[in-house]
Amino acid sequence: MITVQALTKKYGGHTAVDTITFTASPGRVTGFLGPNGAGKSTTMRIMVGLTAPTSGSATIAGRRFADLPNPGMEVGVLLDASAQHAGRTGREILTIAQRTMGLPARRVPEMLDLVSLTDREAGRRVRHYSLGMRQRLGIAAALIGDPEVLILDEPANGLDPAGIRWMRDLLRGYANRGGTVLLSSHLLHEIEVIADDIVVIGNGRIVAQGTKAELLQAAGTVVRAPQLEDLRRALDASGLAVARSADGALRTGADPEQVGRIALRAGLALTELKTADGAGLEEMFLELTADTQREGAAA
Amino acid sequence: MTAIAVEQQVREPRAVPRRVPMSRVTAIELRKMFDTRSGFWLMASIVIAAVLATGAVILFAPDDELTYSTFAAAIGFPMAVILPMIAILSVTSEWSQRSGLTTFTMVPNRGRVITAKAISSVAIGVVSIPVAFAIGAVGNVLGTAITGTDRVWDLSLGDGLYIVLGNVLGLLVGFMLGVLIRNSAGAIVAYFVYSLLLPTVFGLLAASQEWFANLQPWVDFNYAQSALFDGGLSAEQWANLGTAGALWLLLPLVVGLALVRHTEVK
Repeated sequence: MITVQALTKKYGGHTAVDTITFTASPGRVTGFLGPNGAGKSTTMRIMVGLTAPTSGSATIAGRRFADLPNPGMEVGVLLDASAQHAGRTGREILTIAQRTMGLPARRVPEMLDLVSLTDREAGRRVRHYSLGMRQRLGIAAALIGDPEVLILDEPANGLDPAGIRWMRDLLRGYANRGGTVLLSSHLLHEIEVIADDIVVIGNGRIVAQGTKAELLQAAGTVVRAPQLEDLRRALDASGLAVARSADGALRTGADPEQVGRIALRAGLALTELKTADGAGLEEMFLELTADTQREGAAA
Repeated sequence: MTAIAVEQQVREPRAVPRRVPMSRVTAIELRKMFDTRSGFWLMASIVIAAVLATGAVILFAPDDELTYSTFAAAIGFPMAVILPMIAILSVTSEWSQRSGLTTFTMVPNRGRVITAKAISSVAIGVVSIPVAFAIGAVGNVLGTAITGTDRVWDLSLGDGLYIVLGNVLGLLVGFMLGVLIRNSAGAIVAYFVYSLLLPTVFGLLAASQEWFANLQPWVDFNYAQSALFDGGLSAEQWANLGTAGALWLLLPLVVGLALVRHTEVK
């Protein structure tokens, strides 16, 4: 179980992670979805103690990561498959993990077998690995201590379709045995096919969260008003993430009632207020992405 | 929902994990200094450099200077460069190669990892210097046998211990710069500034300014260290070493350690 409570991280004036609260539960795969630069990786680094939060907390089974006596036995972490000494062999990297955690030596070949790295590949230096092989090695290192919780940042990157399928089955089985899985992605489809619960993040804020079924059914609210900018500011001030769609409406993850109340308090008239329809999640996600997209902004 | 609930099994409870002991963290850090090709050759270069320096003395030193202290001095030169590099790279590679992401998630207490690196670096220094000196001793036996001159063992155990201490201090300077700068290239450059440029500047200053000439032993760490390589230190020289060491080694080390513990690992 991972519990994130009002987590905030500021870099000078820039807020990378803004009061994020969510939980990832045992027996479920929780997908952490957001465009690049939304704050996913920062949140994950805070969870495992590599980055100090400005405020708020992230705990695993009620404890801070840094307080875990032998973290590898309780939390499997893969943040960046390329963050390894390029001169070490794959087998050596697993051996270091196995020894640090105090595990029997047979865990190394077991893990190599599990992620389908051959003996020859394991003997090669990571410098010569493809990204897919690095991801497999990273998954092996995360699983070697047989932890109850997995935290994986973009684990499907660089895997071929068969590899993605393999990883999906692996994580599914892991969650079905009672494990907690949190994995991030910037691809909606990837999250859709594997996650039970979804947390959508954009510009450091949570835009939507719930079970996959809930989110795919309906997501958020579409609202129009003559004084659109004032409304946007009012919603913003209430801590809601707002995106402006191409047809001149505002979209937000909150329900229509909440949006209506905020407009009332701000004294703004609305011309339209409705629940976003079926493909809401995808549309909201596309808008989030469009906001932060650097290329093709003219379109 | 019930269908999913049936599928789910509760994990069997396991033994509560125990804290990773310091001895294990240290053993791992020591292993990591040897397990890459560059790391291995850096270690091997201690022996290789000692052999080359010994060979050079046999070939080029005049017969009357073919004594053990000549061998020791010739070997000491490359040691003073290689040992600090070993200490620097053991720290900076975690950042330059980004392996720190894994290291500091397996052992989140960074102070323990850095301490383990300090212990293993110093251990390598303490072991490798006697090894290098043994190579020099073989050179002395061989060299004098070739030239037919008398064997002169003009280096006492006490001198040897001073040299070990001097080299360990040099290694710790490298370690400190690694911790402070956390970038391989930057720390190596800084080391050469520290050990080559700074003494020159201090020397010039002392030669031109009388007030500094009196002050130099107290604030110039290289100057204070050099006494170690000449054997026996007076009480004042120890005090010189202490104050200059506090200024140039301890103080920046404390700053570096504070930075390492709090900065973000990316």
